[in-house]
Amino acid sequence: MIRLVDICKSYRVSRRGAGLGSAVKSLFGRRYDLVRALDCVSFEVGDGEMIGYIGPNGAGKSSTVKVMSGILTPDSGECIVNGRVPWKERAAHVRDIGVVFGQRSQLWWDVPVGDSFDLIRDIYSVKRADYRQILDRLISRLDLGELMRTPARQLSLGQRMRCEIAASLLHRPKILFLDEPTIGLDAPSKLAVREFIRSLNRLEGVTVILTTHDMQDIEALTDRVILIGKGRILLDGPIERLTAAGGDKKIDELVADMYRAFEI
Amino acid sequence: MRLYIKFLLMHLKSAMEYKASFALTVLGQFMTSFSAFLGIYFMFGRFGAVGDYSFEETLICYAAVLFAYSAAECFFRGFDAFESVISNGEFDRAMVRPRPVMLLVLCSRAEFARFGRLMQAVVIFAYAIPASDIGWTADRIFTLIMMCAGGTALFAGLFIVRASVCFFTVEGLEFMNIFTDGGRELGTYPLDIYGQPVLRFYTYVIPLACVQYYPLSYITARTGRFWYALLPLAGFVFLVPCFALWRIGVRHYKSTGS
Repeated sequence: MIRLVDICKSYRVSRRGAGLGSAVKSLFGRRYDLVRALDCVSFEVGDGEMIGYIGPNGAGKSSTVKVMSGILTPDSGECIVNGRVPWKERAAHVRDIGVVFGQRSQLWWDVPVGDSFDLIRDIYSVKRADYRQILDRLISRLDLGELMRTPARQLSLGQRMRCEIAASLLHRPKILFLDEPTIGLDAPSKLAVREFIRSLNRLEGVTVILTTHDMQDIEALTDRVILIGKGRILLDGPIERLTAAGGDKKIDELVADMYRAFEI
Repeated sequence: MRLYIKFLLMHLKSAMEYKASFALTVLGQFMTSFSAFLGIYFMFGRFGAVGDYSFEETLICYAAVLFAYSAAECFFRGFDAFESVISNGEFDRAMVRPRPVMLLVLCSRAEFARFGRLMQAVVIFAYAIPASDIGWTADRIFTLIMMCAGGTALFAGLFIVRASVCFFTVEGLEFMNIFTDGGRELGTYPLDIYGQPVLRFYTYVIPLACVQYYPLSYITARTGRFWYALLPLAGFVFLVPCFALWRIGVRHYKSTGS
């Protein structure tokens, strides 16, 4: 169970023009703008739900995920994940969650994937017998067999993403945050990743929060969509609310229309 | 601790993937600091003495500081290179692990190539300790070990301060190098030769003199006060405010866009 109430977070962003002249000027006096990354964000996610969290670049998706995963401390507001405040009881909290940052790897570049997994087992102190069992299942379901002895730098993007997802599940989290898990993948890899996420949610009841720009991910996986723009929640409801209004328009066009309508 | 060793093994495995590069960096590191050694050598060739310190005494001082700096760099590299740990998202990853963040940052880097420098410090010790006309009693050997240990803690503390500053700004970090690299360079010679203001600064603000000048004057029998030999403990005490600053920094962490 995840509950966010009026979470706000702002950043100071320094503004300066391009060029050497303004660079020198900024050495002396600098103008800061306050950017409200999250502006009273509230929502609730029940156990076992699968949520699509969408919005344009810079809307606050990643910031929200970082607050929920305990990386960021918000300026104000309340956030409870499984009965804990993430940034206060960080160590206990993160045992319950898995995080996949699509654009950032947690695997060691130069060593075989299996070694990275073993290190993650040590970080989470997963019992050896449990670990063997969890790993075997992940290997067969994500088809990782041959990849385990390959250094991460020699994996294709699709192979790497499958390993990233496995790496985030080794400690059997109850909640999984996926930040753009299908970015840059080819069609078969995308389908494989989607299929795996679906079964993870349906069969094992893992709560999944998925942020993505790929509307097909959303269509294929989620029942409920939350739309954020300029740090504010604009829409929260079943995906049919989106598709029903647009007639036979493609979902990408619908979302683009919606971004325009909300001026985000 | 067990986890730290596991991490070290992983770093070692990574480094082994590029054997030639690893060997060359070690050699390069050795050569760089060897030139500093030559610098001292020629200086003494010219002037005979610096202050009232003999060549061998200066060498011991130099080797102790070099040892401390290299050891700190070997093991606390994660803090020294903290900008990159933040900017490539490793720190975000550390925050979602159920372990103390500081331990994970400590584990995030290990520079085995710095062993070149560490080795050099050992080589200089091997030459200077017998060559000097110091009578090596047990308390003096103890003092020398204290210098190395306290110095390592001191430089580690400086690296942590430098990393903590990264939470607030990524600019102006070069400023911190005055204390880290600068401390190492100044530490080549006993600090009292730079005059009282420098000595005071490096006693009360950054206790570099406590791991260097004061215990050295005990070793070289310039003072009989045994408590001078215990002053390197200040290097460990220095870690306390560094930890405090770090904690404040983590709370201010802003992360980077993804």
